Amino acid sequence: MAFKQVTSPHAHGAKSTANVMKLVVLATIPGLVALTWHFGWGSLINVVLACLTAVISEALVLKIRKRPLAFYLGDYSAVVTAVLLGLALPPLCPWWVVVIGTVFSVVIAKQLFGGLGYNPFNPAMVGYVVLLISFPVQMTTWITPLALLPEGISHPDFIESLRLVFSSLAPVDGVTGATPLDSFKHTSGVTVDQIYQKDSLFSQAMFAGVGWEWVNLGFLAGGIIMLSNRLFTWHGPVAMLATLALMSLIFWDSGSSQSPGSMMMHLFSGASMMGAFFILTDPVSSTVSNRGRLVYGALIGFLVYIIRAWGNYPDAIAFAVLLANFCAPFIDNYTLPRTYGHTDRRKATERSED
Amino acid sequence: MIEFVFQNPIISALVALAGLGLIFGALLGFAAEKFKIEGDPVIDQIDSLLPQTQCGQCGFPGCRPYAESIADGDSINKCPPGGQSTINAIANLLDVPAPELDQEHGEEADIKTVAYIREDECIGCTKCIQACPVDAILGAAKLMHTVIADECTGCDLCVEPCPVDCIDMLPVESGVNQWQWPTPPIANGLIATDRTHSSSSHEGAA
Amino acid sequence: MRQTWVTPGGVHPPENKLQSVTQPIGSLPIPEKLVVPLGQHIGAPAIACVKLGDKVLKGQKIADPAGTVSVAIHAPTSGTVSAIEARPIAHSSGMEALCIEISTDGKDQWIALQGIADFEHTTPKALLSIITDAGIAGMGGAGFPTAVKLNPGFHRPIDTLIVNATECEPYITADDALIRERAEEIIEGIRILSHTLGNPSNILIGIEDNKPEAIQALEPHTKDTGINVVSFPTKYPSGGEKQLIYILTGKELPSGQIPADIGIVCVNIGTTYAIKRAVVEGEPLVSRVTTMTGEACEINRNYDVLIGTPVSHMLEHNKFDAEKCSRVIMGGPMMGFSLTSKDIPIVKTSNCLLAPSVEEIPHNEPAQPCIRCGMCAEACPASLLPQQLLWYSQAKDHDRLQSHNLFDCIECGACSYVCPSNIPLVQHYRSSKSDIKKAEEEKIKSAQARERFEFRQQRIEQADKEREAKRAARREAALEAKKTAAPNSAADIVAAAQARTAAKQLSPEQEQAKLERAVSSAEMRVQKAQDKFDAAVASEEPEDKIKILSAALSGAQQKLEKAKTRLAEQSN
Repeated sequence: MAFKQVTSPHAHGAKSTANVMKLVVLATIPGLVALTWHFGWGSLINVVLACLTAVISEALVLKIRKRPLAFYLGDYSAVVTAVLLGLALPPLCPWWVVVIGTVFSVVIAKQLFGGLGYNPFNPAMVGYVVLLISFPVQMTTWITPLALLPEGISHPDFIESLRLVFSSLAPVDGVTGATPLDSFKHTSGVTVDQIYQKDSLFSQAMFAGVGWEWVNLGFLAGGIIMLSNRLFTWHGPVAMLATLALMSLIFWDSGSSQSPGSMMMHLFSGASMMGAFFILTDPVSSTVSNRGRLVYGALIGFLVYIIRAWGNYPDAIAFAVLLANFCAPFIDNYTLPRTYGHTDRRKATERSED
Repeated sequence: MIEFVFQNPIISALVALAGLGLIFGALLGFAAEKFKIEGDPVIDQIDSLLPQTQCGQCGFPGCRPYAESIADGDSINKCPPGGQSTINAIANLLDVPAPELDQEHGEEADIKTVAYIREDECIGCTKCIQACPVDAILGAAKLMHTVIADECTGCDLCVEPCPVDCIDMLPVESGVNQWQWPTPPIANGLIATDRTHSSSSHEGAA
Repeated sequence: MRQTWVTPGGVHPPENKLQSVTQPIGSLPIPEKLVVPLGQHIGAPAIACVKLGDKVLKGQKIADPAGTVSVAIHAPTSGTVSAIEARPIAHSSGMEALCIEISTDGKDQWIALQGIADFEHTTPKALLSIITDAGIAGMGGAGFPTAVKLNPGFHRPIDTLIVNATECEPYITADDALIRERAEEIIEGIRILSHTLGNPSNILIGIEDNKPEAIQALEPHTKDTGINVVSFPTKYPSGGEKQLIYILTGKELPSGQIPADIGIVCVNIGTTYAIKRAVVEGEPLVSRVTTMTGEACEINRNYDVLIGTPVSHMLEHNKFDAEKCSRVIMGGPMMGFSLTSKDIPIVKTSNCLLAPSVEEIPHNEPAQPCIRCGMCAEACPASLLPQQLLWYSQAKDHDRLQSHNLFDCIECGACSYVCPSNIPLVQHYRSSKSDIKKAEEEKIKSAQARERFEFRQQRIEQADKEREAKRAARREAALEAKKTAAPNSAADIVAAAQARTAAKQLSPEQEQAKLERAVSSAEMRVQKAQDKFDAAVASEEPEDKIKILSAALSGAQQKLEKAKTRLAEQSN
């Protein structure tokens, strides 16, 4: 009797790529709940629409590339990309924005580079940046948080939301408003204290803008769930948040009219937490070693602050992540871990002596 | 004079350009002399990538002449013993696309071979000794010859001249120690399967 | 408690050890045939010293060590040598190699044994030769000849002896069972080892804390012996030599060096037991403790198995169910290799035979793309970046593989174990390692070929040049001659020709001598022809033959006459 010849190890751990991806999707639930609670049904519609688009477009590309559909769709990577993009888009943005962004993410940024594992840039962020540059109006129209809506007005209900999204109509006035980062972008000579007193977005908040702080806390919770499941190491997110905090402390400027905002505001508004735990932890496009992730995270934190404080766009996670994706192979070259039995670290491009 | 030059922008530009040209020309000339490299290291580098079987299948009398020819712009896919890996290595060195092996010069052998003389039948004509490019055959006129297996490159140049046809090319013996794990298919079979897919469909069509 | 150090990485696969240690070490009936491979160790295979049909006794040497890095092989039981041929052996390739087959007689009759009761008064050198002759090679898995390890040379003083009782792989309990039952003999073996190494100052037994019974069994025997039993938290792969050295001493073995370079010798605990048996009882290594486990076998326990016992024999006696089984593994589930045939024999390095059910170890899933999640890097005990190594392995980028320290990979399989994409990382590394080694060998060979080719070219050129030079010189000489000869008249040429003929003619004395020689040889020939003719006549040969002979005789006589007349002419 002959047996099959198989390579060791024969035992295998329980984790699978599909499970990892599923857990990432599950970990976004606290953030998604917070978004829906504070900003209406828009985000949920975004996410569902993006998921459908992603799965369909991925299936089409796989069909063209003559790949087994079930095997590749089963890794849930398209769904993760879609969920992250859907969460990043403004609630109640027109349906075609979501569709274009998702198709671009899945087809151009991922499949054209060879599919899962081969994309040099974070697909969701590529889609986001393409949308931000192409449709600035739709991409910068945010909804006012529920708590700040004037008396008698509320967010559109689910059916109304669907109608708004698919008719591509802009939401009614009064429902849209500035984000905290927007407010700081256009301070026009008022001190931070004054903004905090004048702008209800801050005056009714705990520390970083009504609704936004809860959304960020939600993503933080999701991040901690993933960390405790060892989906990634702490190095990237911690380095990014620490650098962001440090930068905002250095340039806090004691809250003058030139100040780009407080540390808490930077950590808990915009896409800070989502970026730290869901975007820069994308393993495919990030650096590979723990030291590399420290540098990578710090670079993103640094770039986020620079773009937020002195750049043209109010939030900067997408740009910072894409720029850092560019640098990842370079960082990798200098951050190889020290191997057992070697006294010094080597460079990846070092040639063997011969 | 200087006044005139400064006041006339076209002239001053010309003077500046000419001056720059002179300075950089001198620098380049100096550097070319100072850092002159004797010989052509590219030939050596190519030569070191070739398998040194000296089989002449490329049409040149040995590996080095072929290396020289490659350096002069000959195509890099004429070496069957080196096979695709050698082509890739040279392509990498010269930064040119790697073509497939030119089948005109022979096919890449799957297994390495070594010449073996059936010593009973050898008549001692020394013809194979003269043919061997690496002096790997031992013997004298009218005495039996034998191959130094360790030195044989498997070029099979000795097979043709033998008048009694007593030379065989035998596969190099491989035991448990020579065995190696086969390379597993590429993780998601991206590019590899694309290639095999297309080639197999070609075969199917043909 | 001694300090221990913590290695990076590592994994915690389910241990599955309990099921095989519930019963004591058992024994199996002697199989009809034993197949003993000649190469069971690292180094040159032993050379058979028995012939087909020889009767052998248990413990009789059947193969001599070939060179220094080799060990002897002994008959595991009494019987007859029934074949010496290539058979499938215990190797991942499933290839065949030379084996000696013994048809057993069931008597299990030992050869006369002679041990040394008092090893302390035996020189280390004598002990080393006993160990080699007893056929002892590392029993933990690699099978390095133990005597070679124990003889590191004067330039490498040994201060630490590490006995590896870690047994970090899941399922395997062979060492555990051995320690529980034979701790005293093991300690005796360690003392012998210590003696051969010149009594190093530290003797450490490294053991994982999942074997409390074994630790307890060792304790009474190690009291006041200077031998330390050091237990440390269970983690795979703590039992790797490099990892164990770090855990116990905090020292890292520099890349490319052997433990003796940093004053350490590391041996498996099963080996110490074999050494004790060999030295004190004079018993060569003919059996070992092997764990038979896995859900596809009803009985899971440890056995004292004769070397050469076919796997099929072990499986049968443990109620193996081929239907349930996903694969048969020699060794553990992390580093063991799958067997391709049931005829493969148990060898000195086989610590476990694992026959898992499909539920226990499912068939391999197809590999998904690497997403560089980095779980492998977290698990790697050597702090490598397995995901990058995979990338470069696929690209066959040998330079990058080496700059990422591929050769420091110990192939423990922790990376593949955690890989969520089911990528056979270890196989990629193994394949790349052998590719690189092969490329290096070929490089050396091609450099050699180039040198020989160039030397030959030079030689041919040289020969051509010399020939050309000779030709040129001759041509010159001819021209010169022509020049001097040209003015002479025709008469001169005739004279010169005559002179040349004259020069060719022999002097009268020489002529005389030549003719005399001719006469005497002609006489000899006549004599010979005469003898032959006489003999033929005497023995009454057929007529035609006599005629031929008489013709030959008269011919010879004529020649003699001729020579005589010429001689007479000359003398006149």
